[in-house]
Amino acid sequence: MPPSLETLWLVPALPLLAASLGALTPRGGRRFSAGVAIAAMAGALLLSCLALRAALLDPSAHLVHNFRWFDLGNGAVELGWLLDPLSALMCVMVSLVGLLIFIFSLGYMCEDENFTRFFCFMSLFAAAMLGVVIANSLLLLFISWELVGLASYLLIGFWFHKPAAAAAAKKAFITTRIGDLGLLLGLVWLYDSTGSLLLYDGGNGVLEAGVLGNLGTMALAGGLAVPTAISLLIFCGAAGKSGQFPLHVWLPDAMEGPTPVSALIHAATMVAAGVFLIARVFPLISYDQALAADPLHALTVVAAIGAVTALLGAAIATAQSDLKRVLAFSTISQLGYMMLALGVGSWVAAIFHLLTHAFFKALLFLAAGSVIHAAHHEQDIRRLGGLGRTMRTTYATFAVGMMALSGVPFLFSGFWSKEAVLHAASEWAVSQLPLYAGLVGVVLTAFYMTRLLCEVFWGPARSPEAAHARENTGVITVPLVILAIGSVGLGFLGTPAWPWLESALTGRPVAPRSLLEGGGLMALSIVLVAAGLGAGWALYGRKVRVSADAKDPFSAAAPRLFGFLGARMRLDELYAATLGRLNTLGAALADFMDRWVWGGAVGFLALLGEFTGSVNSEVDESGLNAGFNSASERIRGAGRAYSGAQSGDAQGYLRTVAVAFVVLALLVLLGGGR
Amino acid sequence: MSSVPLLSLLVFVPWAGALVLACLPGLGRRALRILALGFSLSTLVLALASLGSFDRASTGYQFVERHAWIPSLGVHYHLGMDGLSLLLVLLTGLLAPAGLLASWRQERDARFFNLLYLLLQGAAVGVFLALDFFHWFIFWELSLIPAYFLIRLWGGPAASRAAYQFVIYTIGGSAFLLLGFAAIFAATGALDFEALSRMGADGTLAAKLAALGGWWPQAVFLGVFLGFAVKVPLYPFHTWLPLAYAEAPTGVSMFLTGVMSKMGVYGFLRILWPLFPGPLHAAAVPLLWLALGGAVLGAFAAMRQTDLKRMVAYSSVNHLSYCLLALFAVCAATGRPHPTSEAAAAALSGTLLQLFNHGLSAGALFYCVGMLEARSGGRRGIGDFGGVRTAAPVFAGLCGIAMFSSLGLPGLNGFIGEFLIFRGVWGLVPWAAAVACLGLFATAFFLLTFWQRVFHGPRSGAASGVFADASRLDLAVLLPLVALMFLLGVLPQLLTGLFNPLITSWANHMPLP
Repeated sequence: MPPSLETLWLVPALPLLAASLGALTPRGGRRFSAGVAIAAMAGALLLSCLALRAALLDPSAHLVHNFRWFDLGNGAVELGWLLDPLSALMCVMVSLVGLLIFIFSLGYMCEDENFTRFFCFMSLFAAAMLGVVIANSLLLLFISWELVGLASYLLIGFWFHKPAAAAAAKKAFITTRIGDLGLLLGLVWLYDSTGSLLLYDGGNGVLEAGVLGNLGTMALAGGLAVPTAISLLIFCGAAGKSGQFPLHVWLPDAMEGPTPVSALIHAATMVAAGVFLIARVFPLISYDQALAADPLHALTVVAAIGAVTALLGAAIATAQSDLKRVLAFSTISQLGYMMLALGVGSWVAAIFHLLTHAFFKALLFLAAGSVIHAAHHEQDIRRLGGLGRTMRTTYATFAVGMMALSGVPFLFSGFWSKEAVLHAASEWAVSQLPLYAGLVGVVLTAFYMTRLLCEVFWGPARSPEAAHARENTGVITVPLVILAIGSVGLGFLGTPAWPWLESALTGRPVAPRSLLEGGGLMALSIVLVAAGLGAGWALYGRKVRVSADAKDPFSAAAPRLFGFLGARMRLDELYAATLGRLNTLGAALADFMDRWVWGGAVGFLALLGEFTGSVNSEVDESGLNAGFNSASERIRGAGRAYSGAQSGDAQGYLRTVAVAFVVLALLVLLGGGR
Repeated sequence: MSSVPLLSLLVFVPWAGALVLACLPGLGRRALRILALGFSLSTLVLALASLGSFDRASTGYQFVERHAWIPSLGVHYHLGMDGLSLLLVLLTGLLAPAGLLASWRQERDARFFNLLYLLLQGAAVGVFLALDFFHWFIFWELSLIPAYFLIRLWGGPAASRAAYQFVIYTIGGSAFLLLGFAAIFAATGALDFEALSRMGADGTLAAKLAALGGWWPQAVFLGVFLGFAVKVPLYPFHTWLPLAYAEAPTGVSMFLTGVMSKMGVYGFLRILWPLFPGPLHAAAVPLLWLALGGAVLGAFAAMRQTDLKRMVAYSSVNHLSYCLLALFAVCAATGRPHPTSEAAAAALSGTLLQLFNHGLSAGALFYCVGMLEARSGGRRGIGDFGGVRTAAPVFAGLCGIAMFSSLGLPGLNGFIGEFLIFRGVWGLVPWAAAVACLGLFATAFFLLTFWQRVFHGPRSGAASGVFADASRLDLAVLLPLVALMFLLGVLPQLLTGLFNPLITSWANHMPLP
């Protein structure tokens, strides 16, 4: 076993240790808590890099270390960790981006009284996320997955005295839990069908050919193959975590958390966990492609949901006026692109986009955080403006992030990864619709990012907060610069001319192609980017808003559409009116049953008992309850003797028991007859 | 085997403690509390001592004590311990002293309170160890009387109704149970659980009951079933529970939910299932629906409660229904070919873990609500607080851990049990597992609502003034429970190692109908 594999568990364990130390540190131990957290992340980064080097020696191998967790029946439940290029690359990305965000937080959170707790939660998050990444067991992955959800809950609600933050935290946890229940059922189904949840286990893992072959022979009553059903359930979990339609509603609200949280969790890493999960179990989820009789392929659903999400997120982002919410919807949209890539069969393109997106989205969020920090927590873009002059580093780095996200050609990483996604979509045999959705999304993305840049950094300062904003110190700007370098450089890992990433991830040598492979599509998307940038400039750049109250040009042109998109297509209201009501109704029904049906039966029978008793106590006493009545009277007498006062109706309760007895007898007879 | 009657000591030391308290009327309040706590801790100490010589690989009863008692009726004094009993005795050993500590500030008539509490504790341990129906039933009934007085005399405003309903309901159930066993005795002449289990497994019992003719076999089954169904409780026999749990004083609520609710499930596992595999198999589908009713409707009803104690009480209905769901799923699938045994082992292991874990988390949650009550002059409505996390961060952290343990967060103890139950039930009766998911969702929903309303937001209501953080006494109660939540969440082997051979043998030799 190579040493990097043996020590891989330390990658999540170090931040976990930092979290536990942080949890035990009193509020005053700010330096200690932050120092331990940053040191642990640096250690994790170092180990991840060593692991990556080891993994690249033989990219096609899946090195695993499995161990018994506890005995169960004749066997045991096993867990394990896994070293391959996918897990190693993800480890490097999570720990590097995490480390930069931790450093940034030193500056951003320096005035917060719960600084110590903040680093504790952030370390917990990093540990859980790294656990997801290295897990070789779907059970261990699920455990880490839920802990990621917990950390996200704690951090969204970090400013828990704000009711909006508390509500957003709950909404995030509940919404993702709905998806997670699907994932849980998928896991237990897979466990039941295969007897294991290990991914790779010397031929017995659920991603290995032998096990998948057995699984593929099973089918449900409707003709749906069992692997398809399991895959769709697993995808429920991924959709919840990765903010896919229709479970995306929690992500914009999650912006109530501190901005470094938004950057780390709700942009760069956690929301990518769903994409990672699908990429990780890709052999399982794509297995049904070979089953011709299957009426529905799991990947088709993934592609459809991804395309809808990509389009919907981008459309809503055009009409948001909160700096962080624009970025949140842009994240939803980009996650949709990644799912789309997975759905059309190119998990490599999805991971490529995941990696580049992690850098430029973390950059955008941190730059936004720099703005918010400088402008005294003003984050309404209508009230900002003019920051390009006063915050030059932030402006420059934000512009790099904006161009990477918009897909400005050749230099920026987002261009190459987005091209890889679109290229994969164009080669999908089933339908071209995801490609068209992706292309429309390209225009919208370039448009809303231009709008954001112009509103925040150009023109005059439109509020006292914006006017007083000054560039932040190095602890905030240096991470921006490093991320900006990554946002440019990372793209060159996966260009068609040098497809290093693809060969590293798949473990197969991939021949270099022409840099301009698929030139037609590339040209089209460059034109679309230019159109989006141009439209954005025409509306927002040519004549910059002068005051906070001035009407948005888009709103002036199409007020109803702008209002509809600004209200997030009213999906939250729709859910509140349907699912929310259903939930309340369920609770009311359950309560009603207890209070009135079962409780009412007790009351009714008590009345009946009194009535009967008054008519003929003789009959009553010699009836069904004779023995119990005397027993209850004895107890009642004891109670009376002790307390002097007593109320209650023994006969009623006993009768309930008797009635329940009869009801059960009927149930059993009916059930037994079947 | 040592000559020390370990199991008798386990049962009778708490009762001896009660006797000592009764004989020393002049004892000061503090002295008697320490004395009571010492006697209460005996269960934990003795259970841990038994761990040392407990043979983990064995599936039979250990430390057996068997002496002829009433020869004319064939009644024996018969105690024995297997993995299931050991687990529940350990749980009692943990929760009983915690409940006593929680009642440390119980000023009114402290001697009588502690005395009753020790009586209750001894009776509960007796239920988990007795192997002859005769004295098992005595323990079973004797646990009711101290519980009744503890609720009645030290409970909240509606305590008299609550205690009365509790005791009548359970005694009503027990009456059917007693009648059922009277019929069994008439038919077989045996009252020993081991002997009866053998008869249940090889069909002799069913044949002998059938010989009674008419509807007797069904009636006997229903009688025994009802006694346990009320105790757990199984939906819809649960209406006594929210009131009783809510009105009882904090320490007693902890004991009721942590230990007494386990007595019902224990009865299902130890008595009903081995004795009546056939009728349970036949009735499994309607019973599954009742268990689902508890799991889903119990959780949804919790969402609607404004009294926090009632909310936690309903969450107990939900959690215990998962245990019964797993057992009924196993009963439903009995007789199917091999792979079922793996799912059955998972379901039954999950049930046992859930019993233990629910005791820890519900006990801790009841204590936390008690802390809120103690700091607000008895208020415990969900709208009576706000921003408690700002006022009392340590308390909030501990309560949060208990809450996440209760909603089954991985990494804490509650998850493994629920995961195994779902894994098992899915393998046996998939639709039941799918429906039960609704309960998981609702549990998360109402617990997070509780957390949000009480702990988050600006300080308001009872938390707007002086609001003390956790005291040393609070920490003494909560820290051991919370530490175990972490420990068992990471190392479930500590528990499964005790009962896995037993579960495996159950799953491999499921009594055939």
